[in-house]
Amino acid sequence: MSKKYIIELSNVWKTYTIGKVDVHALRGLTLNVKRGEFLAVMGPSGSGKSTAMNMIGSLDIPTKGVIKLDGQDISKLHESDLAQIRGQKIGFIFQKFNLLPTFTAKENIMLPMTFQKMSQEEKLKRAENLLSLVGLGDRMNHLPSELSGGQQQRVAIARALANNPEVVLADEPTGNLDTKTGNIVMQYLKKLHKTQGKTIVLVTHDSDIAREAQRIERLRDGALVNTKRGNKK
Amino acid sequence: MRAEYIKIAFNNILKRRLRSWLTMIGIFIGISAVVALISLGQGAQAAIDEEFAKSGADRIVIQPAGGFSTSPISVEMTSEKLVERDIEIVKGVRGVDVVTPMRSKIARVKFKDETKGLFIIAISTDKDVLQRVETVDFLRVEKGRQLTPQDQYKAIAGKALADDLFERSVAIGDKLIIDEVEFEVVGIQKDSGNPGQNAMVRIPTDTAKELFEFGDDIGTMMVWVKDAKNIDDVADRIARVLRKEHDVEVGQEDFTIQTASQIVEGFKQIFGAVTAVLIGIAFISLIVGGIGIMNTMYTSVLERTKEIGIMKAIGARNSDVLQIFLTEAGVLGFVGGLIGLAIGAGISKLVEFAIGVQYGISLIKAVFPTSLLVGAMVFSVGVGILSGALPALQAAKMNPVDALRK
Ligand SMILES: Nc1ncnc2c1ncn2[C@@H]1O[C@H](COP(=O)(O)OP(=O)(O)O)[C@@H](O)[C@H]1O
Ligand SMILES: [Mg+2]
Repeated sequence: MSKKYIIELSNVWKTYTIGKVDVHALRGLTLNVKRGEFLAVMGPSGSGKSTAMNMIGSLDIPTKGVIKLDGQDISKLHESDLAQIRGQKIGFIFQKFNLLPTFTAKENIMLPMTFQKMSQEEKLKRAENLLSLVGLGDRMNHLPSELSGGQQQRVAIARALANNPEVVLADEPTGNLDTKTGNIVMQYLKKLHKTQGKTIVLVTHDSDIAREAQRIERLRDGALVNTKRGNKK
Repeated sequence: MRAEYIKIAFNNILKRRLRSWLTMIGIFIGISAVVALISLGQGAQAAIDEEFAKSGADRIVIQPAGGFSTSPISVEMTSEKLVERDIEIVKGVRGVDVVTPMRSKIARVKFKDETKGLFIIAISTDKDVLQRVETVDFLRVEKGRQLTPQDQYKAIAGKALADDLFERSVAIGDKLIIDEVEFEVVGIQKDSGNPGQNAMVRIPTDTAKELFEFGDDIGTMMVWVKDAKNIDDVADRIARVLRKEHDVEVGQEDFTIQTASQIVEGFKQIFGAVTAVLIGIAFISLIVGGIGIMNTMYTSVLERTKEIGIMKAIGARNSDVLQIFLTEAGVLGFVGGLIGLAIGAGISKLVEFAIGVQYGISLIKAVFPTSLLVGAMVFSVGVGILSGALPALQAAKMNPVDALRK
């Protein structure tokens, strides 16, 4: 199993307690993702997509159930171990880009490497390579506020790749972009999948975007609805 | 702590320029006050030391114990006095530099047609004594010169004696008749502030011995030590050898030993206490400054909740976030301290200059020992880090998912 699947969620529950009310964001979600697979996750707002992504990305632990990442059970780990895992194995891409506003493009990409104690030289070299990879070699020292939305999201893609993770988690990466820019961002994600063999989990509302993936899963009320193959392989 | 964290800190501090300045005001007021007070305080202490070194810090006076022995057998035999042999003994004590007897006697002094009974004192005119004599406030000469080893029937007149005591004032070259013997006035003493001392006549020891038949009695002994720092040790050693020589027990001494250092110490203690109180007040301002940093850091943590979430999402551990915020607080303290140091140094230099202008001399020199500079910086960074500790802890413990939802 763990050889084939890099991500394994079995009967995962996540319950938030707000005051006296329990909100079940995930209700027994079971989902496996193969190594090197490009998966799209769709579903209405509030269906638990982001919660699931956070669990996979070891940003949080489930209330119940087991999550394995690369064969390792991460569902009961402590914060420091989770930070280590997400720093090394996960690259996050968010809807709102989430770049640090006081850092240049290059510095934003270098920061994840700093947390992994990479040497300054290597950080610089990698950051420059990654920026070239997303077509922003000429924007290295720009602040996020000096870049367009699409450019910022490309910096975020480069940042997600900083520590060469196996899994890239993109939570509605085109949600804040117009169709044209969104498509450009998608081209870069697909390129990652093809040329670098990354496992990609993409959350989206847009079925056109979702069709770019190999497989589409639908979430409703914290669990999968049905399974369907994407148009492209 | 990584260099990046310092850069992150500077990024954020510069981004909120006005708030950062306001935050640092508390620190730099406190640090500048502490630095100025310590630097001037130490300068003043040095000035006190120097002043006493010039006049008296290296001087010990040994006198026969007052009154006569209570022994009923023979008043003559037990009357307490210091003798020639005691001089040799004291000269042999480690740390002693120069010793002179100081004999005194009341005698008839005649000038022109007037005669008065005045104090005559005699100290050694040896070269080594001559070198020290100007450090003693009642032996300084205003006009003319000190007595030299060649002088015999020469005298130095007290200030009041020369100016006011006789009908006509006494000048250099005038003759004074002391007990029928003629002396030439070669010097006039400076005003010592003491009427008795201002009315004295000073003559050479050898001449005095001839004239007054002092015999073995040397009166008082004045001792200069080599190093004023050791004066109390030297005084102890003198007491020990004199007790042995005079064959007396501790507490039964037939002599008394006085040093100026007791007076200096007393004065320094009062001065030190005043300085300490002022520095204490300055420290309160530092505490207020620390609270300012804490407040700013709490605000910063709240404002940057999202950033904290992002940093955690890209692999920052709690300890990384903690360090980032501690560094920022430390940098606030550091910059505040640096500015405080500069202002404090400026204030002390200004005070030094103002005193110099007022009195025409550099009475107090502001001193900046390395320990003060390093201490001030360590302290201000420490205040910053300490004040940032709770906010930083709050940032570090933040749940990344909650932080990202902000
Ligand atoms: N940290 C949280 N605290 C409380 N409720 C939460 C939290 N995160 C998510 N939820 C709730 O869980 C449900 C799923 O949220 P989410 O995973 O963000 O949905 P989606 O990303 O599919 O829109 C929602 O009802 C949301 O309000
Ligand atoms: Mg969402």
